[in-house]
Amino acid sequence: MSQANGTAFKPRTIIEKVWDNHVVAERERAPTLLYIDLHLVHEVTSPQAFAELRKRRLKVRRPDLTLATTDHSIPTYDRSLPILDKLAGAQIEELEKNCRDFQIPLFGPQSDKQGIVHIIGPEQGLTQPGMTAVCGDSHTSTHGAFGALAFGIGTSQVEHVLATQCLLQPRSKTYEVRVEGNMKSGVGAKDIILNLISRIGISGGTGCVFEYAGSTIRSLSMEERMTICNMSIEAGARAGLVAPDDTTYQYLSGRPYAPKGADWDRALGIWRNLPTDDNATFDKRIDIDASSLEPMITFGTNPGMGIPITAPVPDPSSIPDPLERDSLNKALRYMDLPSGKPLLGHPVNVVFIGSCTNSRISDLRAAAQIFKGRKVSPGVRVMVVPGSQQVKKQAQDEGLDRVFKDAGAEWREAGCSMCIAMNGDQLEPGQYGVSTSNRNFEGRQGRSGRTFLASPLTAAASAVTGVVTDVRELL
Amino acid sequence: MEKFTTFTSRLAPLPVDNVDTDQIIPARFLKTTSKAGLGDELFYDWRYDADGSPKPDFILNKPEGHAAQVLLAGDNFGCGSSREHAPWALAQYGFRAVISTSFADIFRGNSLKNSLLPVVVSREVHGALFNAVAHDPAATVTVDLAQQKLTLPDGSSVGFPIDEFAKHCMLEGVDELGYILQQEAAIGGYEAKRLLSVNTLAST
Repeated sequence: MSQANGTAFKPRTIIEKVWDNHVVAERERAPTLLYIDLHLVHEVTSPQAFAELRKRRLKVRRPDLTLATTDHSIPTYDRSLPILDKLAGAQIEELEKNCRDFQIPLFGPQSDKQGIVHIIGPEQGLTQPGMTAVCGDSHTSTHGAFGALAFGIGTSQVEHVLATQCLLQPRSKTYEVRVEGNMKSGVGAKDIILNLISRIGISGGTGCVFEYAGSTIRSLSMEERMTICNMSIEAGARAGLVAPDDTTYQYLSGRPYAPKGADWDRALGIWRNLPTDDNATFDKRIDIDASSLEPMITFGTNPGMGIPITAPVPDPSSIPDPLERDSLNKALRYMDLPSGKPLLGHPVNVVFIGSCTNSRISDLRAAAQIFKGRKVSPGVRVMVVPGSQQVKKQAQDEGLDRVFKDAGAEWREAGCSMCIAMNGDQLEPGQYGVSTSNRNFEGRQGRSGRTFLASPLTAAASAVTGVVTDVRELL
Repeated sequence: MEKFTTFTSRLAPLPVDNVDTDQIIPARFLKTTSKAGLGDELFYDWRYDADGSPKPDFILNKPEGHAAQVLLAGDNFGCGSSREHAPWALAQYGFRAVISTSFADIFRGNSLKNSLLPVVVSREVHGALFNAVAHDPAATVTVDLAQQKLTLPDGSSVGFPIDEFAKHCMLEGVDELGYILQQEAAIGGYEAKRLLSVNTLAST
């Protein structure tokens, strides 16, 4: 966050301000060289980058701006047990070795701070307004909730950032998502983002960074803002952010890596200048009326195939474009669903409450509110997977684990779990799952498994009834 | 990185929109710590049955799909996960270019770093290419990066856009890291002026 800015008199969006503050060099015929403040690393997308560093005899330039954790392939069963999957075990050991060799701090399998990479950054106070943050993971957009420019990168770029703390990046377009109005009971952050993606489609944000703005966004907690920013990539935008405000500062204050004392005051002075200037213009804009939203659910095989829970699954014959019609037909065949009627009442085999989208304490509290005094429907498997060991501890301190276990749900260790289904937590072929995660792609949660994406409230309601359920009937 | 040279090849048509990287390489194959073997796992769940036998209808299992170096795919190819394993798998299988009307941002960037050329064409050209291979599976295209020119089966040609810097890297067979490392002075200069940063993690 330095660099005198040469465009002080032109009104700028927060996206442009954060970008301008991180320009290291701009050369003709090359993308901008951008400085990265925080680099998060996990076991799956980093080993090949470290191997290249060794080959080139390079060091990690800023291990002090780098943090690693194990989340994707790690089992969510008892951590005192050995990792049975040899490949996963080897991958985790490889990360441990790489972190030792390159002096990178690691929240490993036995750490009480381990968790999903996008949960632990905010939780530790590492994610801060005005930063640039990257990770070899597309859901890095989560960190945008703090007014950070945060995006996913591939393994080649992981190597670039490890070696130089910089990235070559083309400038993105700016896209304002303005959300106004009061949400009805049973509707929340997940429904806002699923509604946006269903409206603009999964490539609607390609080439853009979103700024989520408006009275509804301002009224959301940090955890709710993270849920929204998390799924920016599902609309094709590499990043999405929310300007920092008092909600942000209250969340950050006192967290382990947040600035303290005079540093805090100085940071606050800088952070308060980040919000988009009056009269700044965006390349694109969309308005969402939050008061008209219903709980959302997806019926198809990409996150844009979402509908209000009471609405019918669209009829392919009503779609004029032939390729789009083919896509919908293909999705409905994979999902084995009829068109023309709502999903309400459709049987459910598995419910997954977790992932970097919805595994924070407020998500678990929302789910527990539904499970309290109720039982999981017979034959339904319910996995509740906290996003981090810290979330797990907090939930246990509040007695939420007892609520889940008494209802008949599994209470597991922290990790990505069935969101990406790399660690043994998965759907069986043909099964239907209601999932609080972010992707319903074919096979995403297990080969031939079928995913309905929804909020923690909808997931919990469906768990206790055994069928896709409108949570408003249980509130 | 290998130098990208002009080539002529048949097309493997995959008329599906929004092919996500989970389809290109399913997540269960990401437990590897190397890049080896990913070509065999390319499009695994579309290419093979649960028992591992090839699905005869999938393009890579048909005679006309063999040895094609160009994948012809639907809109928004490579959406979803940032896994670079997707372009690694495509390139290892033997693809050198993917033609579509649009690509997801992260996939496009990852491909350019692995000598896999994303070629964006208009909807008209896209449709014409699918028609051409439907009519004649042996139809070929020529991909000329230096001229940014795609020669179509009928002998006509169209231009395609590409980031100038990525083009240079691909043609010369150099990667971006070498270029970034040369800017040590600018990076050091920036670091000296950073006003605000996270507290050091080094003591963790």
